[in-house]
Amino acid sequence: MKFQHFKGWIYLLPAILFLGAFMVYPLIDVFIYSVEEGYNFASQTYSGVGGFNFSYVLHDPYFLQALKNTFLLVIITVPTSTLLALLISVGLSSIKPLRSLYQTIYFLPYVTNTLAVGLVFMILFKKTAYSDGLVNLLINWFGGSSVDFIDGPYWAKLFVLCFYTIWIVLPFKILLLTSAISSVDQSYYNAARVDGTSRFRTFTRITLPMISPTLFYLIVTGFIGAFKAYSDAVALFGTDLNASGMNTIVGYVYDMLYGDSGGYPSYASAAAVILFAIVLTITCINLLISRKYTHY
Amino acid sequence: MNNSTYEDYSKIERSVSLRRRIFNGITYFLLSVWAVAVLFPFYWMILTSVKSYGEYNSEYIPKFFTATPTLENYTEAFTSVPLGRYLLNTLIFTVLTTAIMMVVITLAAYAFDRLEFRGKNLVFTAFLSLMMIPNELVVITNYVTVTEMNMRNTFMGLILPSVTSVFYIYLLRENFAQVPDTLYYAAKVDGTSDLKYLLKVMVPICRPTLITIGILKVIECWNSYVWPRLVTDDPDYYLVSNGIQEIRENGFGRENIPAMMAAVVVISVPLILLFLIFRKKIMEGVSRGGTKG
Repeated sequence: MKFQHFKGWIYLLPAILFLGAFMVYPLIDVFIYSVEEGYNFASQTYSGVGGFNFSYVLHDPYFLQALKNTFLLVIITVPTSTLLALLISVGLSSIKPLRSLYQTIYFLPYVTNTLAVGLVFMILFKKTAYSDGLVNLLINWFGGSSVDFIDGPYWAKLFVLCFYTIWIVLPFKILLLTSAISSVDQSYYNAARVDGTSRFRTFTRITLPMISPTLFYLIVTGFIGAFKAYSDAVALFGTDLNASGMNTIVGYVYDMLYGDSGGYPSYASAAAVILFAIVLTITCINLLISRKYTHY
Repeated sequence: MNNSTYEDYSKIERSVSLRRRIFNGITYFLLSVWAVAVLFPFYWMILTSVKSYGEYNSEYIPKFFTATPTLENYTEAFTSVPLGRYLLNTLIFTVLTTAIMMVVITLAAYAFDRLEFRGKNLVFTAFLSLMMIPNELVVITNYVTVTEMNMRNTFMGLILPSVTSVFYIYLLRENFAQVPDTLYYAAKVDGTSDLKYLLKVMVPICRPTLITIGILKVIECWNSYVWPRLVTDDPDYYLVSNGIQEIRENGFGRENIPAMMAAVVVISVPLILLFLIFRKKIMEGVSRGGTKG
């Protein structure tokens, strides 16, 4: 019996070691870092304990810019991508021929390297001295004038970032929604057809309630994911996100930690804790709302 | 009377089928629009990668095809930047991380599912609650740890913090739980050791799930960017994501975009091949537990 207990722990040991060293310990440590004032990376000393790091971060214009960018990104991309994924999934479920071909194509962005394909997007949208780029060519065809989406006005840069983010996150949402729609019991639809229910009514009264758990799951994870946006911004605007004014909260954390502006783990920790608090709050609100509206 | 009812009926039927056909047409059209939006960047990167440098830069208005495809950009991509090195690094990183993770999670899932020991439920709950911890929160200390242990620019520093994956332990344990207990008792009666039972019975039975988890981890490793960027600043240890960023900022001299696109194609092809081979498995696995976005 004693040995049996022992054996269980032996099997768990590798997992516990990895998780302890690279998850539990860092988790505790980050909160400690965030309250140590004037931490010096080289000598590993600090001058006191308090909330200075938080107030520094909250007054840093770069952080405020990052906060604004991230919130705009979240507010624009989460509803748009969820709605778009819903439309596409409903469309996919209503056709038979070619469905699996479309599904395969739609899933492709999931397996691509965000950094690599971001470079393609940059080239499509960028306006240089040699060429206005393909997107501007399309805009010109429709009578608009060229805009530099990569180094130009703020709204243009935000547009590309949102577009690319949606392009990247859609595969996951489409996949989950199509499998949710296909698992709805067909007899509901048959009953509705016998009653002569219209397509739209069938959708709002049967499909939507039946897939609402998946929909809310996607909204919750969508919020979390969008708040952590970073590599898509790097892919489009390069590593110096502060210079292009397109930094995100996660980008700010990494910039504080590393790179030309780095070496401040305390500020980075404070920003990470703030991000965590925001995400936790939004997630709790989401869960409260979903409990009210979701049909299980 | 009868005749006119029949006419009415067929008229209604015709209008319904017409409406359905229009509706279907619109559906196919909209679906195709998005399919083009997804495929176009891939088409554009392949197209640009086979245009010559001179040809690309002389097109003020970009052309949608090329009459003279060339492979010179691919040789350029492999010779003037260490693209081969980046690929090799990523391959080593991906294989080792996935292999170590598979061993760790198999043992842990087995302990949670089949072995009895004190504190099991408590540890399992603790593991589950770790799933909610965002990576951004722990990366800071990990960076400091790895720097202090002088593991920057080493494979150890790259791999070790990337191994942990609580979610896959959970997923695998669920799968292990479906293997009937009777097999376990039979093996116990025969005097089979736990390790032997795990390797000879559990692993073969659960191979589909193990393969799915492995593929998902490979995708994750191949695309990882943040951690490798933090712990490597020596190009000898760059992975493809960092490599492509380096190429963009310092490589190929003045904006050699066709060569850049050749590098992008080379980096993207392995995963797309993997996807086309294991399409069903990957999509099933992701819908069961992948998270992204």
